[in-house]
Amino acid sequence: MRMKDDDLIIAGKKIRSRLITGSGKYCNDRLIKDVLDAAECDIITVAMRRIDFDRPQESILNFIPKDKTLLPNTSGARSADEAVRIAKLAQAMGCGNWIKIEVINDQKYLLPDNIETIKATEVLVKEGFVVFPYMCPDLASARRLVDCGAAAVMPLGAPIGSNRGLQTKDMIEIIINEISVPVIVDAGIGRPSHAAAAMEMGADAILLNTAIAASEDPVKMAYAFKCAVKAGRAAYKAGLAGESYFASASSPLTGFLS
Amino acid sequence: MTFYEIVKKYADFDIENYCAAVDSKQIKNILLKNNLSELDYLALLSDSADCFLEDIAQSAWKKTRQMFGNAVQIFTPLYISNYCDNVCAYCSFSRQKEISRRHLTFEEIELEAKNISKSGIRHILVLTGESRSKASPEYIEAAVRIMTRYFSSVSIEIYPLNGEEYGRLVDAGVDGLTIYQETYEPHLYDKLHKGGPKNNYAFRLETPERACRQGMRMVTVGALFGLYNWRYEAFFTGLHAHYLQKNFPWMEVGVSFPRLRPLSGEFHSEYIISDQKMVKMLTALRNFLPSAGITISTRESPEFRDAILPMGVTKMSAGVSTAVGGHTQNPSTVQFEIADRRDVTTMKSDLLEKGYQPVMHDWNNRYIN
Repeated sequence: MRMKDDDLIIAGKKIRSRLITGSGKYCNDRLIKDVLDAAECDIITVAMRRIDFDRPQESILNFIPKDKTLLPNTSGARSADEAVRIAKLAQAMGCGNWIKIEVINDQKYLLPDNIETIKATEVLVKEGFVVFPYMCPDLASARRLVDCGAAAVMPLGAPIGSNRGLQTKDMIEIIINEISVPVIVDAGIGRPSHAAAAMEMGADAILLNTAIAASEDPVKMAYAFKCAVKAGRAAYKAGLAGESYFASASSPLTGFLS
Repeated sequence: MTFYEIVKKYADFDIENYCAAVDSKQIKNILLKNNLSELDYLALLSDSADCFLEDIAQSAWKKTRQMFGNAVQIFTPLYISNYCDNVCAYCSFSRQKEISRRHLTFEEIELEAKNISKSGIRHILVLTGESRSKASPEYIEAAVRIMTRYFSSVSIEIYPLNGEEYGRLVDAGVDGLTIYQETYEPHLYDKLHKGGPKNNYAFRLETPERACRQGMRMVTVGALFGLYNWRYEAFFTGLHAHYLQKNFPWMEVGVSFPRLRPLSGEFHSEYIISDQKMVKMLTALRNFLPSAGITISTRESPEFRDAILPMGVTKMSAGVSTAVGGHTQNPSTVQFEIADRRDVTTMKSDLLEKGYQPVMHDWNNRYIN
């Protein structure tokens, strides 16, 4: 069952699914279509570094159904300049004007460089791109990205590929509370319960890859994540009951007063 | 602090004594850790780790899968010159060896590049013997510019250069550098490299640092395993990669494990390394450095290369010839005999069959040049 009027709108485009997946780490690219079907994703991100301009016949793009929205990413970029260049090449190849900015100067933890990411966002928004910046969850950086015109912000839950869940939960929650554009939790989501927790918190969408691609049965796992994202979103919309450290007595002590 | 200073720091450290004192309890604790120290890594190379080899391998597999998924990058080497100014006891290109020497013209280089690119290879490793006079930095730079017309990513395995020369090669389109220290043991290094500019341990050791400062994107280090005690070489190889990761965090740091093979007609060594020791080195390194690339040479048999794939390998060469001009006609003397002669198509289908994703394209130098 879909909730009425709960589509995510980004840059004027209606996004029905709040689950976005990646396309790397699969043992066979042929699996991608089945995963997308099971996850019911509208958007898939693709690393431009893996696309050979000179051999389009061998491109991973051939495995992505045409009705999906492509979100090319700038994986491999180590500076704003490189990210801008990759974005422009993606556009020139016909991959559209949506771009996920990844600028990473740390090959061990693969943590994004917020400063270079802001610079790239500023340039690309001015050139008409719809920019999705992947970032370390930091409110000041998120605000600057919004000021630059980012279409969404994508704070990480934990280092990419780590499957460690919402290690940065408090910081993401602050961003969700304070930022006006959609907040897409990207990286670190390792289990459906992590995805559900992020959605319950009010995240607008989830982007994940390793948890599906590296599971024993990626298609079944894609289905599990679809359900978790929907459950988390429904819970957020329903409004979670308040939490308390103490139990709430069903027979209140002051009941006799009334 | 340079890596040379770190090697000196360990000069009085007795690796064998340390390893002899490692017990199984220590190994069990290390296997529960997320971040291994340098000495944890050394402990995994100790004899006490032998009983836990399967556990260490399983952990290596998990870490590899998490970091790299099922992706294995395929590349091929291209030898463009085998003239050499050095006298290295173990190398068939050594100056004193009477072998057929070749130095490809730019037309020949282009022909080789064309032929290789037809196989689908997009990542190329350009190799020369170590002769500045025959394969000058300018000659290599011109060769690289040709390569960039046929390949997405160009790496080099040449003699050590100064920083400015690396800067020029990066500008010409070089993304990666492979440099082997051969042996990390300084005294043996001097003994094995009797003549030529290679007889400078520190200059060679600090080569990756000079290249990293000039914008190189990838660097691969290693020893020629079998020249000296495997544990010593594995330990310092790991320390070297670790040092580079820490000091140049933007770099993709890799380790390669070339092993001298017995009865290959090469240098006869008393330190020949068994398959079991190779597995130990590789799995210990993967546990120590989960994000490092690991390359396995075609010196290894197809069966062995395939068997160790899950334990951490991320890069493999295919369609290899170690002779100058080996991809066209009249190849010269080979640098070493290869054991895995699979061509690119076979390597790709073998990887797919085993559940791996052959990655032919993982970067494009057009993003920066």
